[in-house]
Amino acid sequence: MRAILAAAASLAAFGPALFSPALADSQNSERIARGRYLATLADCGACHTRPGGQPFAGGLALQTPFGTLVAPNITPDRETGIGAMSDAEFMAALHDGRGQGGKRLYPAMPYPAYTKMSDDDALSIRAYLATVTPVDNRVVANQLPFPLNIRLSMLAWNALNFTPGRYQPNPAKSAEWNRGAYIVEGAAHCGTCHTPKTLLGGDKADQALSGAVLQGWFAPDITGDSRKGIGGWSKDDLAQYLKTGANDRTLASGPMAEAVTHSTSRMTDDDIAAIVTYLKDGERGGSTVKPAPVAASDNAMRAGAAIYKDACAACHRDAGTGEAHLFPRLAGSAIVQSDDPTTLLRVVLQGTRAVSTAAMPTAPAMPAFAWRLNDAQVAAVLTYVRNSWGNAAAAVSPTAVANQRPALAGAP
Amino acid sequence: MARKLPPKDVVIIGLGWTGSILGYELAKAGLDVVAIERGPWRDTASDFPPAYAQDELRYAVRLDLFLRPEQETLTFRNSMNQTALPIRRFAGFLPGNGVGGAGIHWNGQTWRFLPTDFNIRSHLEARYGKEALPADMTIQDWPLSYDELEPHYDRFERLCGTSGKAGNLKGLQQPGGNPFEGWRSSEYPNPPLKQGLGATLFAEAARKTGHMPFPQPASNASEAYTNPLGVKLGQCTYCGFCERFGCGNFSKASPQTCVLPALLRFPNFSAQTDSEVTRINLDSTGKRATGVTYVDTSGEEWEQPANIVLVCAFALFNVRLLLLSGIGTPYDAQSGQGVVGRNYAYQTTSSVGVILKDKILNPFIASGAHGMIIDDYNGDNFDHSGLGFVGGGYMGFGQTGARPIQTRPVPKGTPKWGAQWKKATADTYQKAFSLSTHGSSYSYKDCYLDLDPTYKDRLGRPLMRMTFDFHANELKMSAYLTDRLAEIAKAMDPAEITPGPRKGPYDSTIYQTTHNTGGTVMGADPATSVLNRYCQSWDVHNVFVPGGASVFPQNHGYNPTDTVGALAYWTADAIRDRYLRHPGPLV
Repeated sequence: MRAILAAAASLAAFGPALFSPALADSQNSERIARGRYLATLADCGACHTRPGGQPFAGGLALQTPFGTLVAPNITPDRETGIGAMSDAEFMAALHDGRGQGGKRLYPAMPYPAYTKMSDDDALSIRAYLATVTPVDNRVVANQLPFPLNIRLSMLAWNALNFTPGRYQPNPAKSAEWNRGAYIVEGAAHCGTCHTPKTLLGGDKADQALSGAVLQGWFAPDITGDSRKGIGGWSKDDLAQYLKTGANDRTLASGPMAEAVTHSTSRMTDDDIAAIVTYLKDGERGGSTVKPAPVAASDNAMRAGAAIYKDACAACHRDAGTGEAHLFPRLAGSAIVQSDDPTTLLRVVLQGTRAVSTAAMPTAPAMPAFAWRLNDAQVAAVLTYVRNSWGNAAAAVSPTAVANQRPALAGAP
Repeated sequence: MARKLPPKDVVIIGLGWTGSILGYELAKAGLDVVAIERGPWRDTASDFPPAYAQDELRYAVRLDLFLRPEQETLTFRNSMNQTALPIRRFAGFLPGNGVGGAGIHWNGQTWRFLPTDFNIRSHLEARYGKEALPADMTIQDWPLSYDELEPHYDRFERLCGTSGKAGNLKGLQQPGGNPFEGWRSSEYPNPPLKQGLGATLFAEAARKTGHMPFPQPASNASEAYTNPLGVKLGQCTYCGFCERFGCGNFSKASPQTCVLPALLRFPNFSAQTDSEVTRINLDSTGKRATGVTYVDTSGEEWEQPANIVLVCAFALFNVRLLLLSGIGTPYDAQSGQGVVGRNYAYQTTSSVGVILKDKILNPFIASGAHGMIIDDYNGDNFDHSGLGFVGGGYMGFGQTGARPIQTRPVPKGTPKWGAQWKKATADTYQKAFSLSTHGSSYSYKDCYLDLDPTYKDRLGRPLMRMTFDFHANELKMSAYLTDRLAEIAKAMDPAEITPGPRKGPYDSTIYQTTHNTGGTVMGADPATSVLNRYCQSWDVHNVFVPGGASVFPQNHGYNPTDTVGALAYWTADAIRDRYLRHPGPLV
């Protein structure tokens, strides 16, 4: 009972609008600083800032399964940014997916997650954004094909896929857990990448955080599944990964490298701990049935073993143990055993670079092998790493490799 | 007309070992730093991934990572009465190219000079008398002592994750290390590499003949290592592709694997690649540099103003840049006056080919600095009385690999081609290796660098001219060392040995080593040095040559890189702690 009371008391920090008049002041420096931090938690810049571009002045074209969207200019420029937007309109955008004049936003803007953010936090972000340099940059956000370019189509989408509403604390859990849930489900919108989507692009709520494909990557399962998720990770493993981009098992690359650079590595230790508490509490995932590994005598396994020895073992080691913070460990790896091998295929064919953070500056990289290994060879070596050293996962077919080949670069 | 860029606090010419170390230290101190590099950007994963880095034809034979002579070369002659001709294909020595410089293609041999190397002239004169040194030998004491440099050696070795065994920890002898080395403030950051059979057999023979072998100090990581900048190195795989190759396993220390990941995180550091600095600009007094002019690959000329100019190119090109920029008085070999280009030196190497009986050595399992060495005949570690020479070198088993194109040992008398040659290479490969000596190269009045009177580069600037030959002192030294090495080889019960002492004249068409030293020498006297003890120009106080081998007054019996790295840290400290507070001559 005592714990619940303590939790309830501290929930005020992110609960419904209980803010004092001083904090409501959009020129209050504490509020602006808080908004800046919340914009980092929410990683607004990931979409709204073009790489190398001016902060929040509009992003790169985002390729969605439904067509192209561009994150708009959210600097306070009155003509091309959000300078003319009222606070109420700003809140409606975050909470309800309604833009200026009530036009419906597309859920590439993660309002299905941001809807859980408190009014106070939303207004703090607003207060901060009002202080950044206004940039005159007109963005044509909606580049979708008909009929999706009709924003009204989102009315139907929302009816099916969107549950508006602020985060409701779970009184049976600790304040830290609730804070973690608030960040993961709300501001940090982890599910936007990590939750599988329906055909319409809505979250499959019953499979939350169990992994999904986007932008040619598989955002891995981050449930407690011991084989495909982070069930085998210690709390320290997860905290170190979020804070530095690497731990003894793996290194962040691809879209997660960006999330680490712009968001998680800049979070407070308390918020990292809260996320870890929430993700590691074992509510989701559990142990899925481990499939029988492909037999070592299988032809692909035998070919894969030879290719692995020749091309991979120098860094990843004969036993798939890798090297902490340098070469990912393949034995026991969640991403290696994911049902969907998209990330594995991409990494082997195109290579990838790990994130560089202040704590882990090295940014080692995996070289591309598309020029050297044919489809059958890539399939064989991936089947081998997915089914060796205690790993077990479905074999990768040469057809799956061929389907990933297009648009490759980097051959010498 | 060059277009003028916004000024910087510091401009660095060349982004190799010294450029990246100085860049890191000064960017960390808050200065706005730009490095201008004439070659391309190079990155471990993109440019030498393990998927194709071990391509002997591309890198060792066709020299992919090295400077192309059409970009810059020099003319060469053995003596002052000859006419020098341009080197049209680098062979005798191989300057690097691009970001990382020679720090990419080196072997990782990480040696400190001996304490007596730093006061070599006074030491030799005191022990053997002034007359023991040839009249035209121009060796001189360094302007700093081993004790002063020791902490900086330690820092560079920690940066590199050097593998080895200390022989002298704070004056206490350590079993298993080099008993002759100067004191170390701490043990090597990594344990020695694991030795192969060949090195083990050599060490046994060396012990049997009264010598004291120890593992070669190697900046090839024997274990995974995180350096003080937070950058991670992986364990060496003994692939045998170090020399002339980039390391795709993040194991060999280089600017890429040790410094650049941390350096590039500084927003106040930037690098401009594929851009060649053509000169250092001076103000009207000639006493202060205003920055540099460089040309990019589009032929555009740019002026980069800066408060401090750091000359961090390869040793030879440091000298040429000062000559072309009119900084310091050029050396005149006839009169012996002047300093820029004076005391050019090299390295006196030799070998003993060995073929054993019935052994399987697996010589392809190797690393760049991987072997067992003795230091009994280096510097003044042995009594030179009556020997007729001074100097010395380390020697031992230090084979860097046995790559299939260039490693084809055969017994004497084997035909050069055909079925018998093929059979002999197959029979011999597993049983053969080469022992080597790595000897000093002292400086002489007639060994120097100046601007060539005839030949010009693609930008119309005079090429630099090298005048160099081995002197009798070095040839006698090499003969003596090679004889000692052959004695140890005989104790290995070989089927055949082939001693190859260094013979003159110096031949620039046969590879020996890329340890070109001197020309912008550091010293205590402006009449015999270009730089003071802080590697600062005596003439233009805001120009530093922070530790490239061009600052060596002569070359000692070791590879230069450890001393280069130590001097880079030494200079960085002097700039940060002293020069920034009081810009002006530090001496």
